Amino acid sequence: MDWFMVLKAFITGGIICIIGQVLIDKTKLTPARILVAFVTAGAILGGLGWYKYLIDFAGCGATVPLTGFGNLLAKGTITEVHSSGLIGAFTGGIKAASGGIAAAIFFGYIASLVSKPKIKKQ
Amino acid sequence: MKPIQSKEEYQTYVETKSPNSPIIKDCFNAFWVGGCICAIGQIIFEICKIRGIDETNSYTIVSMLLIFLSAFLTGLNIFNKIGKFAGAGSLIPITGFANSIVSPAMEYKSEGYVMGVGAKMFTVAGPVLVYGISSSIIVGLIYIIFHTQSITLI
Repeated sequence: MDWFMVLKAFITGGIICIIGQVLIDKTKLTPARILVAFVTAGAILGGLGWYKYLIDFAGCGATVPLTGFGNLLAKGTITEVHSSGLIGAFTGGIKAASGGIAAAIFFGYIASLVSKPKIKKQ
Repeated sequence: MKPIQSKEEYQTYVETKSPNSPIIKDCFNAFWVGGCICAIGQIIFEICKIRGIDETNSYTIVSMLLIFLSAFLTGLNIFNKIGKFAGAGSLIPITGFANSIVSPAMEYKSEGYVMGVGAKMFTVAGPVLVYGISSSIIVGLIYIIFHTQSITLI
């Protein structure tokens, strides 16, 4: 096991989270807006082809934060555009991110079905 | 206390009264919790690599396992406590995306399974998907415009 890579993932992921924390504390953006901003930023960086250098450096430190999700959407689109042309711009993004989206919806639904909302003690 | 006359006065009054969020402490907590989540992801990735799964599938497996863990912990009301402590540390990784699906779904369960759970799941995840997918399509269209020589349009 490559423990140096784990360390790099730890530091890079941590730094991306610090950027988010500074945005929360300084700009009073709601969490939903922060998530949207990170995904869009990831898609733009992925479209420019810059995000893959960060993934080469940090592995999951770059793919696990939501910028990695945006990058996955953009990278999938570009790959699919290469293989099937204009239609690929519409099919590629979700195809690449389908595992994450489907897992989030399915596990999210199951978890909310089996759980009981916490009742606040008076 | 003298009465507040203008909007500016009120603004400065609110700023003196509202507590300053300890940004250094928040950032430190966000750093190590977020870092730990990414490090767990990397450990899962390394295990996948040892088992001979290719890189793209490994990253998908990492995302799916982290989403599963986060949904499970949110269901047990543990993740919200971590979130309160870590702030962006648990929000920015993909765990925050899963948490943002499960917690409103749990909250609105009493409104029924279709318009309660089914619809409220996407209060935060919906915008994320809308802007993520839209921007990826725009990226694809721009890419086509700049690379028309090598691309056959359908």
